[in-house]
Amino acid sequence: MSNLKYLTNGFFKENPTFVLVLGTCPTLAVTTAASNGIGMGAATTFVLVFSNLFISLLKNFIPDKVRIAAFIVIIATFVTIVDLVMKAYTPDLYKTLGIFIPLIVVNCIILGRAEAFAQKNAVLPSILDGLGMGIGFTLALTIIGSFRELLGNGSIFDIKLVSENAKTILIFVLPPGAFLTYGYLIAVMNRIKARIK
Amino acid sequence: MAKLESSLKNMILSLFLISLVMSAALGIVYTITKEPIKLSDKKAEIDALKNVLPAFDNDPTKDAKEIEGLTYYIGRQSGKIAGYAIKTFTDKGFAGHFELMVGILPDGSITKIAVLSQKETPGLGDKMTTNWKDQFNGKNPKDFKLQVKKDGGDVDAITASTISSRAFCDATQKAYDGFIKNYATKENKGGPRE
Amino acid sequence: MEFIKIIILAIIVNNVVLAQFLGICPFLGVSNKVSTSLGMGAAVVFVMALANFVTYFIQYYILLPLHIEFMQTICFIFIIAFLVQIVEIILKKSAPSLYQALGIYLPLITTNCAVLGIAILAVQKEFNLIESVIYAAATAVGFTIAMVLLAGLREQMETTRVPKGMRGFPVSMITAGLLSLAFMGFAGLVK
Repeated sequence: MSNLKYLTNGFFKENPTFVLVLGTCPTLAVTTAASNGIGMGAATTFVLVFSNLFISLLKNFIPDKVRIAAFIVIIATFVTIVDLVMKAYTPDLYKTLGIFIPLIVVNCIILGRAEAFAQKNAVLPSILDGLGMGIGFTLALTIIGSFRELLGNGSIFDIKLVSENAKTILIFVLPPGAFLTYGYLIAVMNRIKARIK
Repeated sequence: MAKLESSLKNMILSLFLISLVMSAALGIVYTITKEPIKLSDKKAEIDALKNVLPAFDNDPTKDAKEIEGLTYYIGRQSGKIAGYAIKTFTDKGFAGHFELMVGILPDGSITKIAVLSQKETPGLGDKMTTNWKDQFNGKNPKDFKLQVKKDGGDVDAITASTISSRAFCDATQKAYDGFIKNYATKENKGGPRE
Repeated sequence: MEFIKIIILAIIVNNVVLAQFLGICPFLGVSNKVSTSLGMGAAVVFVMALANFVTYFIQYYILLPLHIEFMQTICFIFIIAFLVQIVEIILKKSAPSLYQALGIYLPLITTNCAVLGIAILAVQKEFNLIESVIYAAATAVGFTIAMVLLAGLREQMETTRVPKGMRGFPVSMITAGLLSLAFMGFAGLVK
């Protein structure tokens, strides 16, 4: 695969959210607004890129039996870095994303890519793979977030598109709505993929 | 280059070194971000204080007191007490815990209430951050009952968000009770709690 | 009683999966059969209770005194990974059929966001040791209940016709959404 393909793989063909269905917990939890989706996506992308980078760099130095433990240490370090940086410089986003920032460490996308890709590939492809998956994740979160925000709150990126007293379909910004939106969007994606074939 | 084999020595060495390097990197980032984190926390506090207190020229955060889970700040203007700000909380929100900053004048009346942090439902409970909370401005809990009208009080609940509204009243009542207990004097003592 | 309140809140009102979105991956992955769900649930109850027990000491006797709270994520996830490893070994010896049935989902308990999430939340809520363990166990029971419910529904759906694009994840998600909707009715149960 040419290097560009590594990058774009995560956008659509193997989109972590809609195709691989990984990282479902933050997908459901933070997508109450489009801006939250972007924030979480960015944080996750940072961790993905750096953990893929380091794991690929150290892949011959990590004995097989302890690889999961080693991956976890590396991933957890970058998650904590993101956590501290956000706490210092983006306190509002930090408060909104709450516990899901440290939970990036158990986001199956990151461990999944480390296991499936970074430990078997060179550094540059690994970085690109991490970036591509991260961008795909961010796109997916933003789409879901926009949907839920629009239907449930009548706004998008905090710009109100309906009048103050308009009735919105509140369920979409509540837990059930998260499940429903995600389920329907995956079904739509399945249809699109079937059509493409 | 082949992978390092999984002998006990290699495993321990590898894991140990990686942990060491990572922890060191983390320690560095921690020291770099320590100050900015403190500053951003302090800024949020000061912003809330400026929001709910009348004009003051001291630094209320310097001698803030924490009593029974609430934090009390005193704003002074030219040495005289301008008002009190109380960081209060409730756990009875729809989504659990949220925090308010209640400004109280020496006579017990509420200046303003700022919402410090909340995770209530967007479009419902989170309307508490809008001018819905202005109904508390200037009211003295001595005569203004801090309960929703449904419960016999004087507060207009947010439509379809009784739980959030009740929790808001709970937090505000806590702040007022704390004020009465710890800072009220004979002249400005508020009425008995319901 | 404070404990009853914690338990009801954890199992029903703030159900870890249906309201807090923790533990979704195993929730979806293992809930195709009721029996496997029960087995997974039992394993999770054990791991979570133990994890909260151990992380309590780590937080209050190591992290806090040494002012290295920022190491919380790394330490906690390490402990959890270690505990899961132990559970794996125990199950392999004493309940090999369950071990087989759970398959890859057993080591995946490590990445179950509920385990790490609840460990962190217990610290944030400033629970003491007993409260923390009860909180974890109750949460895991809630997780099991949600999984068993979904499994029961999915076993039924095996016999129905589902539109092609909706098969698998989509219809499971929508079913979960309806479950979540039902559980919302419990809001405000505990004052």
